Amino acid sequence: MTGMQFGIFTVGDVTPDPTTGRAPTEAERIRATVAIAKKAEEVGLDVFATGEHHNPPFVPSSPTTLLGYIAARTERIILSTSTTLITTNDPVKIAEDFTVLQHLSGGRTDVMLGRGNTGPVYPWFGQDIRQAVPLTVEHYGLLRRLWREEVVDWQGTFRTPLQGFTLAPRPLDGVPPFVWHGAIRTPEIAELAAHHGDGFFANHIFWPASHTRRLVQLYRQRFAHYGHGTAAQAIVGLGGQVFMRKNSQDAVREFRPYFDNAPVYGHGPSLEEFTELTPLTVGSPEQVIERTLGFRTYVGDYQRQLFLVDHAGLPLKTVLEQLDLLGAEVVPVLRKEFAVGRPAEVPPAPTHQSLLQAKGASPAVATTPTT
Amino acid sequence: MTKLTIISGGIRQPSSTRLLAERLEAAVRADLGASNVQVTSSFVELRPLAHPIMDAMLTGFAAPALEAVFETVAGADAVIAVTPAFNVSYSGLFKSFFDVLPEETLSDMPVLIAATGGTDRHSLVLEHSLRPMFSYLHALVSPTGVYAATDDFGSQQTALSQRIAKAAADFTRLVQACGPHQRRNVFAEELSAMQQLLGNAPGNPT
Repeated sequence: MTGMQFGIFTVGDVTPDPTTGRAPTEAERIRATVAIAKKAEEVGLDVFATGEHHNPPFVPSSPTTLLGYIAARTERIILSTSTTLITTNDPVKIAEDFTVLQHLSGGRTDVMLGRGNTGPVYPWFGQDIRQAVPLTVEHYGLLRRLWREEVVDWQGTFRTPLQGFTLAPRPLDGVPPFVWHGAIRTPEIAELAAHHGDGFFANHIFWPASHTRRLVQLYRQRFAHYGHGTAAQAIVGLGGQVFMRKNSQDAVREFRPYFDNAPVYGHGPSLEEFTELTPLTVGSPEQVIERTLGFRTYVGDYQRQLFLVDHAGLPLKTVLEQLDLLGAEVVPVLRKEFAVGRPAEVPPAPTHQSLLQAKGASPAVATTPTT
Repeated sequence: MTKLTIISGGIRQPSSTRLLAERLEAAVRADLGASNVQVTSSFVELRPLAHPIMDAMLTGFAAPALEAVFETVAGADAVIAVTPAFNVSYSGLFKSFFDVLPEETLSDMPVLIAATGGTDRHSLVLEHSLRPMFSYLHALVSPTGVYAATDDFGSQQTALSQRIAKAAADFTRLVQACGPHQRRNVFAEELSAMQQLLGNAPGNPT
C-alpha cells in the first residue's frame, strides 16, 4: 500500500439547512461534529481535522478541547487541524495544547498551521493583520524551539520574551507533532513549509486547479532546494469536497439547494460551472474516485487527502451517509489505485510511529531540526 | 509596436460609450502612427462579462473567459477606459471589473479615462470617480480625460472632436514616454519577500 492517509476536515460552520430554513443550535453542531468524527473512524478513515474560528457562525474556537474529547472516544483515527492559527495564538499555548493532546491520544496527533483570514481575529488577540507573514515566521520559529529544546531563552517582536522556559509536558516520546502548513493561494506558506522540510497542505477546494498546481510545484521545488530530499519526496496534502449518492443525478438534485445557498460560493456560478472549475465533485462514488485519482496529475503523488463533507448546512444524517459511501466505496478503491505506479521514493504520510522510528534509527539526525 | 486595450462599460446597442471608445482609439492610433508607431488594439466589452465578473467577485477567482480578458489588460502597454455615468460615478459594472482585476495589473500603466452621460452636468465623474480609482490602482492617468454628453454627438460635434484630439495627443506623449509596460508579478514578489524574511529570521537553523 501507499501509506496515504484519507480523512475529513470540518470548518465547524453553523449554517441553516436551506431546504428547511433551520440552523442547528451550537450545541447540536458540536455534538454532530463528534458524531461525524466517530463515524469517520468507524468507516475506516485515517484522519479527522477541525478548523479554528472565533466568531459566529462557527463553533470550533477551542480545537484541542474538541480533539481531546474525540481522542477519548476513538482508538485509531489521527486528530489534526485545518488550520490552527499560528498568527493569533500564543505559540507557547499551541505547543502545550498539542503535547497534552499527543499524550492523551497516544500520539494520534498532528497539526496544520495557517495564518487565518478573518480580519477582526487579529485585533481580538492583540495582533495586526498586516504583520501576518512576519508573525507566522516568528511564532513558528518559537513553536519549533519549544518542542525541541528543553530550556528556551527567546526574544522576538510579537510576543514578550522567555527566559529559562521549559515546555511541559515534553512531546510524547520526544517527538513533536508533525507539522503541515496550510495555504489557500499565496506562496509564502509554501516557502515556509519547504524551508523547514515540513508538510504542505493545499486547501485546493473552492479554487481552480491551476492555483494549486502552482503552489505545490513551488513547494516541491523549494523543498529540494533546502536539501530535505527530492521534489518527489516532499510531503503534500490536499483538500477536496464531495457530495455523493449512488445515482449521480440524485446527488446533483439533492445538493443543488445547499450549493446555491452556501456561504462561500453560493449565489454565484452554477453548480455545474463550479464543479468544472474547482475540485468540488457532486455525483456517484465512481465519479468521486475518478476525480480524486486525477489530482495527482497536477500535484504529483501525495500523502494526505482530506474531504469536506459537512459544509453548507447539510443535516447530520446526510453527512453520516456521505461517510458511509466514503468508507465503503471510495476510500478502499483510492487506497488500491493510488498505489498503482507510485514510485518507491515517494514517502508515506508521516505518523508519530514513523517519526519515532526515524529518530531512533539515526539519533544524530534527530538532533538537527529537520522534522 | 504598442498594445492598446480599450475597455468599454457600455450597456446598450448601439452604445455611446462604445462610440466614444472607438473614437478615442482611432485618434490615439492615428497619433502614434504619425510617429511611426504601430498599434494593436483589443476591445473589451464589459456587458458580456457581467456574470463572470460577479462570479469572480463572489468566489474570488475568475473563470477562463474572464481570466483571458485579465491577460489582455495585463499584456497591454496602454489602456483606454470608458464608462457610462451612473449616479454621479462610474457604473457598478465598470467598478466591479476593476474590483476583480488582479492586484497591480494597472501598476505603472498609462490610462486614458473617459465617460458618457445624458447631460454635461456630470462631467466631473472623471475627476471625482475615475481618476482617484485609477490612481489608487497605481496607474499613470493621463491628464486630459474626455466626457461626452448626448448633445456632444449632435451639432456640437467639432467641440467633442477637439477634446478627443487633445486627449489623444496628451495620451500619446505619455504612452511614448512610458515605453513598453513592465508587468508586475505579485506571486514572485511575495515569494521573494518571504525568502528574505526566512534568511534573516534569527535562530533559524538552515
